[in-house]
Amino acid sequence: MDYLLTDEQKMLRDMAAKFTANEITPVAAEMEKAGRFPHDILKKAGELGLMGITLPEEYGGGGMDSVGYMLAMEEIGKGLASLVLIMSTHISLAAGSIHKFGTDEQKQKYLPDLCSGKKVGSFSLTEAGAGSDAAGLKTRAERRGDTYLINGTKQFCTLDPDCDNVIILFALTEPELKTKGISAFIIDKSMPGWRVGKKEHKLGIRTATTSELIFEDCEVPAANLLGEENQGFKYAMIALDSGRIGIATQALAVAKASIEAATEYAKNREQFGKPIAALQAIQWMIADMNTEYDASWLLTYRAALMKDQGLRFSREAAMAKLKASETASFCADAAIQIHGGYGYTEDFPVERYYRDARITRIYEGTSEIQRLVIALNSMK
Amino acid sequence: MNIFVCIKQVPDTEASLSVEGGRKVRESGLKWVISPYDEYALEAAIQLKEKTAGSTVTAITVGPARADGVLRTALAMGATAAVHVETDSELDHHAIAACLAAAVRSCGEPDIILAGKQAIDVDAGVLPLFLAQVMDLPAASGVIAMEVTDGLAKVEREIEGGARERIEMALPCVIGATKGLNTPRYPSLMGIMKAKKVEVKKFTPAELNVESLEPALLLESLSVPEEKAPGRVIEGEPADAVRELVRLLRDEAKVL
Repeated sequence: MDYLLTDEQKMLRDMAAKFTANEITPVAAEMEKAGRFPHDILKKAGELGLMGITLPEEYGGGGMDSVGYMLAMEEIGKGLASLVLIMSTHISLAAGSIHKFGTDEQKQKYLPDLCSGKKVGSFSLTEAGAGSDAAGLKTRAERRGDTYLINGTKQFCTLDPDCDNVIILFALTEPELKTKGISAFIIDKSMPGWRVGKKEHKLGIRTATTSELIFEDCEVPAANLLGEENQGFKYAMIALDSGRIGIATQALAVAKASIEAATEYAKNREQFGKPIAALQAIQWMIADMNTEYDASWLLTYRAALMKDQGLRFSREAAMAKLKASETASFCADAAIQIHGGYGYTEDFPVERYYRDARITRIYEGTSEIQRLVIALNSMK
Repeated sequence: MNIFVCIKQVPDTEASLSVEGGRKVRESGLKWVISPYDEYALEAAIQLKEKTAGSTVTAITVGPARADGVLRTALAMGATAAVHVETDSELDHHAIAACLAAAVRSCGEPDIILAGKQAIDVDAGVLPLFLAQVMDLPAASGVIAMEVTDGLAKVEREIEGGARERIEMALPCVIGATKGLNTPRYPSLMGIMKAKKVEVKKFTPAELNVESLEPALLLESLSVPEEKAPGRVIEGEPADAVRELVRLLRDEAKVL
């Protein structure tokens, strides 16, 4: 699809592909098995500008568009899908929210270190009782003079406590207003009263470690309120529109990696006296995988392009995320089928793709929530 | 220092190549990259610039319009200027060396000129020496280590049998880089965005007065090598296997 891309977008993609081949792919399987947070890779990614791709150059960002971001993330995700979760959370949800809703002081304080990768951004909305339904939020933020006192437990936060964390936290400032009483805060390591709780043991994307976050009388300066009080839910939904392009891209990466592995295997694996790629049964699978992938890629490209053109893209990002995530599962499943018994072992990467694909239909809005967003936006 | 680096756009090392019309590589769908040996030259040039304040690195390529891509990548990696000698003709290495020499001179007096020891498309391996000849400069190719101090380039070049030859040359000189000289950096995103804003200087061979050169070499035809038959494994006890191998080499391969 090179004819759709600018020279800069292609150069960024090629750079990310080279970075992935040299720095990520060789260690991906081992890192993912160990569930080790990729500190070294993020540091190198930061040096190349990959931790601030879409942020303005004045804060040390790359000043690149969303299409370029999508291309780079897809290359990185082909090596290790976990990295796209970490980097998309960091860039779109954390740094992106500070850039969009923050004050000048907040931008000056956080964005340069986020763009360089010195600080790593996280996003914490989900709670035990508030998944798809943010109205179930319980974490409280009570104003006490110049500070907010935060209490509660957040669930499924992608972060590693050994990073210099910056967390966009959502908590209730007006509990009776439900989602209209949620505010967003910027939490960092200088604030006492928060810690990382239980670490989750997950089916896939293990390098992107996920934990509970526990807030016990955590004092947050009022200067760290993000945007206006009680507008947090709106900010979260806006951030997640962009986040969905990131997750769609992660899904595309898994789909593409599955297609490449399956194609390579089919060309080399011989049965019935010929490579199985010569069998129509396999060719049909390869055809369907490629068609689903291209359709998903184009949907994601459209969402990214609309974002770059300043258009509303909630519906299109939801479509991209819905389609790409289902394509990832489809392609990873077919890739295992083509590999046969070997595909079910750790000797080939496709079992990892299969596990990594599954989460993309769940986080940053389940497939069902995407359909809800698409339907509501299509009936307006 | 006024540093120059000559780079060539070649098909990606992983591309599967086919021939079109008996004389050309089919270009449709090919991915193009900087020839890997040229990347070592480029990295060495950028490192030299970083060591010597006030230096410039000018990347030069000879090739069709699409070759602009390698200059953008060179700029994104850290080159400060770029020159494109744009031509669709197939020039032989004498003509390419003449183009490069003229392009270098158009930018002033060089202190050092670097290039890959060979390009991975035609693998001629003559360009650094031809260029030195045209410009009447000392040269060393296959350079695996280099140090530039006080108007001297001290280099080590790989020679037969894994040995190394140490050479000292006065600047200006031409250096043909090989693998092992350094690890080329990635173009950074900041570099990519900066490269966008640099204007590439363009010439045609005619503007450099080199179009009238008679070609010294003509390409007659290009073909894909025949696929090699797969190797054969001779099974059995070593003593029997060796006997069988000798028989095959004598009776079938007829090499004994």
